[in-house]
Amino acid sequence: MSQSHRLMDGGRIDRSKQIDFYFNGRLMSGYQGDTLASALLANGVNLIGRSFKYHRPRGIVTAGTEEPNALVQLERGARTISNMLATRIPLYEGLDASSVNCWPSPTYDVMAVNGLFHRILPAGFYYKTFMWPVSGWKVYEHFIRRAAGLGKSPEEPDADTYDKMNAHADVVIVGAGPSGLSAARAAAATGARVILVDEQPELGGQLLNEKFEIDDKPATDWVTEVEKELMANPDVTILRHTTAFGYYDHNFLGLLQNRSDNVAYGQDGRTRQRVWRVRAKRVILATGAIERPLIYSDNDRPGCMLASALRAYVNRYGVTPGKRHVIFTNNDDAYRSALDLKAAGAVVACVIDVRKDPSGELVTRAIEAGIEVIDNSAITGVLGTKKIRGVEVMKLTDDGENVTGKARTISCDTIGSSGGWNPVVHLHSHSAGKNTWRDEDGVFVPGDTLQAEAACGAANGSFSLSQALNEGDFAGLDAASKLGMTAKTRPSVAKATSDVEETPWRTLWYIPTTKPAGQRGKHFLDQQNDVTVADVQLAAREGYRSVEHAKRYTTLGMATDQGKTGNIPGHAILSAALGQTIPQTGTTTFRPPYSPVTMGALAGRAVGEFFDPIRRTPMHDWHEQAGCKWEDVSQWRRPWYYPQDGESMQDAVSRECLAVRNAVGMLDATTLGKIDIQGPDAAEFLNRVYTNAWSKLAPGKCRYGLMLGEDGMVMDDGVTSCLAENHYLMTTTSGGAPRVMAWLEEWLQTEWPELKVYLTSVTEQFATLQLAGPNARDLLSEFTTDIDLDPDAFPFMAWRDGTVGGIPARVYRISFTGELSYEINVPASCGLALWTDIMNAGEKYGITPFGTETMHVLRAEKGFIIVGQETDGTVTPIDLGMDWIVSKKKPDFIGKRSLSREDTARDDRKHLVGLRTVDPTEVLPEGGQIVAATRPEPPMDMIGHVTSSYWSAALNHSIALAVVKNGRNRKGDTVYVPLKDKTVACEIVDPIFYDPEGSRMNG
Amino acid sequence: MFLITCPFCGEREETEFSYGHEAHIARPENPENLSDAEWADYLFMRKNTKGVHLERWVHTAGCRRWFNAARNTHTNEILAIYKMGEQPPQEIKAMIEKGKKS
Repeated sequence: MSQSHRLMDGGRIDRSKQIDFYFNGRLMSGYQGDTLASALLANGVNLIGRSFKYHRPRGIVTAGTEEPNALVQLERGARTISNMLATRIPLYEGLDASSVNCWPSPTYDVMAVNGLFHRILPAGFYYKTFMWPVSGWKVYEHFIRRAAGLGKSPEEPDADTYDKMNAHADVVIVGAGPSGLSAARAAAATGARVILVDEQPELGGQLLNEKFEIDDKPATDWVTEVEKELMANPDVTILRHTTAFGYYDHNFLGLLQNRSDNVAYGQDGRTRQRVWRVRAKRVILATGAIERPLIYSDNDRPGCMLASALRAYVNRYGVTPGKRHVIFTNNDDAYRSALDLKAAGAVVACVIDVRKDPSGELVTRAIEAGIEVIDNSAITGVLGTKKIRGVEVMKLTDDGENVTGKARTISCDTIGSSGGWNPVVHLHSHSAGKNTWRDEDGVFVPGDTLQAEAACGAANGSFSLSQALNEGDFAGLDAASKLGMTAKTRPSVAKATSDVEETPWRTLWYIPTTKPAGQRGKHFLDQQNDVTVADVQLAAREGYRSVEHAKRYTTLGMATDQGKTGNIPGHAILSAALGQTIPQTGTTTFRPPYSPVTMGALAGRAVGEFFDPIRRTPMHDWHEQAGCKWEDVSQWRRPWYYPQDGESMQDAVSRECLAVRNAVGMLDATTLGKIDIQGPDAAEFLNRVYTNAWSKLAPGKCRYGLMLGEDGMVMDDGVTSCLAENHYLMTTTSGGAPRVMAWLEEWLQTEWPELKVYLTSVTEQFATLQLAGPNARDLLSEFTTDIDLDPDAFPFMAWRDGTVGGIPARVYRISFTGELSYEINVPASCGLALWTDIMNAGEKYGITPFGTETMHVLRAEKGFIIVGQETDGTVTPIDLGMDWIVSKKKPDFIGKRSLSREDTARDDRKHLVGLRTVDPTEVLPEGGQIVAATRPEPPMDMIGHVTSSYWSAALNHSIALAVVKNGRNRKGDTVYVPLKDKTVACEIVDPIFYDPEGSRMNG
Repeated sequence: MFLITCPFCGEREETEFSYGHEAHIARPENPENLSDAEWADYLFMRKNTKGVHLERWVHTAGCRRWFNAARNTHTNEILAIYKMGEQPPQEIKAMIEKGKKS
């Protein structure tokens, strides 16, 4: 296809570099310097997609980030990205884009039938229609999910990489238009470290779109000069094609840099995008302004554009958006579009001005150039649907609320409208800055700020070029001077020699037709979310008085463009409907991001194996070679079970369980948290943090402890040993170690600073090998000569120092399995050697390595709890039947007082119990809800839930632990666990299933 | 994203710290002598101040030391940092007093 709308010369494109690309599978060509949008327009394409709700045909509206319509799906497969703005994609060779939200094509769209039913799709349509009856949702959801939504999510892992950068700066300047460049120059001259950020690939901002002159030369010459000057300064960092997407507390900014968007993705070996995290001493917002459209009937037809966009395409890209253009305006600035189009040889049918007798210099020039100016008039209708054929124009009444007289039809294919400009106050709002309403031209300008921040130029509501240059210069100098920096030689401020005097705008938020809004065409406010004036007026009639509520009800401004073009007109329409002023209505809060940020960029390098570090024990490689399955326990990777050839998980776990019960097993228990506690007040400290008493624990002895939160709920448990006078070693759960350490530190530092206690985490200094089973003593005796293993010399709940296999070791005789058990602690570096030696020597004792699953089964057979499995932050030791460990004598410990609170002291709380299924082969699902009596269908009154459930190979029946309301007093009762396809009956029993006397572990 | 001055390490990013609720809530000396309501007040009730708030922070990913901060919860400005066991500076107390009156 030829570039039918390309001018012979002019623009910032390089006509010697042709670029071929695809749109909806069609091969087209553009030039280096084009965006996808300019290249499409050059090819005469301005039907880009279909709208969100009504599936109306839509085209390109703008030339920038504010674009509501021209969303495309970029690329395919692993590199596909949805909802990319055609106006912001620099054209590159082989680019492959397609329309979103239409099928099979934007020209013939099946869902366009929605447009015929617009009367049943008003504001709040989803809320009203689909909330009743509840069961209907299942039917509606299918329809909505198919119909709604824009682009498609990628279905493959992202093929690109992303990274992050942290930076500090004296002054960060957001926006490299005239005010930003002026500010950068002034600030840099003082020696300040400056970061200059702009979302466009080249500097210049709005100057790139205009025919302005600075110092009697083209403004872009000045841009080039300033750029050269800044690039020569080593203290200035220029980030092009980088969006400041968020402005946060304490002058912190998030920037998204596109590093490889202007070449085919992934072809240049660079990360695709980089997130910059920047802390600035001062921030200058030179973010410019966004033109706002006039809200006329059927203002969404492809070819309805912003006036400024028309001249941007002509001046910057050498493209005429249409063949016959109409400008519709309330201000002088839009006449520039008419003049620039005309100067480029394009046809301007007329300028329609809502003002009576406009008289500004630009108006005069337009008339002199032979352009017809139709004053005091409005567009009352747009002819054509997929392509504009013309407009209907009528005279306005004096108050601007109605039209009068006879309609005149003007033929055209493109309309550029301008309702004035809105300062881009988004970043200012992000960091909790207030916006101030300026009534004379109807704009919000930045007001009070909490940050070290200033706005300048159009972002500050100062729309002329000379204001931008002067305010920028002042802002740059002022920012530096607030940091105590001054320039030796101050650069002279550039002069805007093309500025002319402009006359005031006429604020007219709604362009009337002969009928009320909604009855003669649609007046779109938010084109991306298909929100019309009639929708906002309906919301007001239905009682939505708060702008925040009206926004959510109508979805005004909630699309990916966040209402950059339509929000202010929308708030004005709402205010009028509510009979109040715009400042009374207020504006919704702008929140980050300013424009969409990819998830990949936010994740950066923290993906795959870098997502979370993995902690491995010294014996990790042995487990790996033994073919274990892994279980993640917080960041630790623990052997879960060791399947042998062809074994199912249940087979393997049963085999491991029986080995421990009948012979000997070995578990890698390295991951248990270990905290070394020393100091003269160590025992007192333990007394305060544990529920039981510690003062009398002698060196060589161990004790189990339960830790509560101050609310009386179980928080952690573990065995603590007295190593010497004033010296203890606390063990914690594997997952709870960091939390317990932080907890202990907090109490010592904040509440009990007088206690002389010192804590050190020693978890990773030791490898811990747990031998468990009746043969454990015989096996261990082969490895030690200096530890007397005789039960009288080394009883249960004691520890001994010595050597094991020639390695200095500390051996604890404690048990979590209910069997005779030793936990051998050796220096971490010796763990693997000792493990291997014991495995070899243990063969004749039937040694079997076992994992966490077997450990869980064995401890459940004994009724031992796991914190976080039997407990969930609402369980007291009394609930667990562990009142034996709660000291009655100690005057106080953390959580003690809470145990006697009215609610915690109730005797019908949920208690830990055992469950025996009536069918002994039935293994309950963990989390299964328990009821006392079943009903044919839910809801049923739940009295508890299953916390642990296993097949017990040793007992040859299933076992389960559960918490059940008043469970201790229900022993022998039958309860039920209703499941999807059946109901399991069980008996409430004691939670200790195996060796209740404890003779095995004590033996 | 706050910039917090740890009294031991200096200025650091907020991500290095953890928040530890309102400061200067002493644990009662003899909890057993308190009514349920008094204990619940200690256990659960915290101020939800708009304005100057005294609170505790810990430099989790740094020196692991706790300290106090006076922060304006409206502006997020950190007005003072002072060590555990210390009272807020006079000017902070004055600001809080002033806030109460207005």
